[in-house]
Amino acid sequence: MSNIPQKLSEFLETLSMFSDESQRINLLISYADKFKAVTEEIAQRPYSDENKVPFCESGAYVWVKKNTDGTLKFYFAVENPQGISAKALAAILDKTLSGEKPEAVFNLPDDLVYKIFGQGLSMGKNMGLTGMMQMIQRKSKALSM
Amino acid sequence: MKIEDRKYAHPEVLVSTDWAADHLKDEGIRIIESNEDQLLYSSGHIPGAVHVDWTKDLNDQVIRDYLNKDSFKKLMSRIGVSNTTTVIFYGDKNNWWACYAYWVFKLFGHVKAKVMDGGRLKWEIEKRELTRDVPTYPETKYKAKERDDKTIRAFRVDVLKHISAGKKLVDVRSPEEYSGERLHMPNYPNEGALRGGHIPGAKSIPWAKAINPDDGTFKTADELKQIYEKENNLNSKDNVIAYCRIGERSSHTWFVLKNLLGYDHVRNYDGSWTEWGNLVGVPIEK
Repeated sequence: MSNIPQKLSEFLETLSMFSDESQRINLLISYADKFKAVTEEIAQRPYSDENKVPFCESGAYVWVKKNTDGTLKFYFAVENPQGISAKALAAILDKTLSGEKPEAVFNLPDDLVYKIFGQGLSMGKNMGLTGMMQMIQRKSKALSM
Repeated sequence: MKIEDRKYAHPEVLVSTDWAADHLKDEGIRIIESNEDQLLYSSGHIPGAVHVDWTKDLNDQVIRDYLNKDSFKKLMSRIGVSNTTTVIFYGDKNNWWACYAYWVFKLFGHVKAKVMDGGRLKWEIEKRELTRDVPTYPETKYKAKERDDKTIRAFRVDVLKHISAGKKLVDVRSPEEYSGERLHMPNYPNEGALRGGHIPGAKSIPWAKAINPDDGTFKTADELKQIYEKENNLNSKDNVIAYCRIGERSSHTWFVLKNLLGYDHVRNYDGSWTEWGNLVGVPIEK
């Protein structure tokens, strides 16, 4: 996991230790429980389409801000109350990638959603969650220029 | 409007959220949640409800087919369902996956099956109790029947005969998939169909037209007749095959035609577009 930032790498390692799927699901849900939506200081409703994740039925939005030291901070909104997987992913990305430099984020491998959610992910969910990943990578890249 | 006032052909296949809430602890009732999102059940479900996963529990894990008699027997035993248990399905996406599970249970002839109108969405809107406690029930000795693949399921050969006979088909995918503009539904990427379009003669009636989007409940029989019969010329005496991409959305339409409008001869072609759009030499319309 050489091109994966340390906190994210540690999270994936923890996840991989759960051979039982229900434990794995419970870990993901514990992240969803910790999800905190973007505050009004960062974004106000109605949120801009520019921040809306394409292909996401959970109504996910993403904001990326650059700190003074050049690291990034990620913010999310998930408008669909049933968007539990989107909330889990948002919380994981915030916990493990906020504080990283842009290049650490836009160089992430393409299969992270699969690594986190596994084979049980439906096609629709996969598209939405991958859309979240791709959006933080795109926005991180834009901030690196 | 109450279920009994909606003039359905078989109103007994639906229960309201009120009814479900009043019967959670009844002997002989098993509430079953079936969702697209793999985290939803564990994040909170109706007290006492068990989980049936559409990929792992209902499908064979090697070949493209549903579980067999033995697997169904094991599933029913695991979730504590006997031959006399009434199963009540509910789930996300306007009961899309609940209807899919209902249809699979019907392949095995489980008689006592119903769907909770409005599904998970309505239960949540009404702020009813959800729990993370996973219930366990004593294993049962379920006597499973052989899967009946003829009465409510159609295969590609059946569809070819159906077309030749000029019988009716319903394409429940999005209009863009029907026209061939897309090879998959909006938000769902390509699943390998090499050709776009629809089966010749199929009417385009997207599955979600049968639902009130605000609370996920089914529309009344009059509203459904307007959609399926007045606008699309179907008739309850028709022999109809419904299809979509992999047979899940069309199981929802199958449920509507069979149970709410009382069509006696309606089948679900679960091979659907992922099969038809890849078959060599079959006719396609755009």
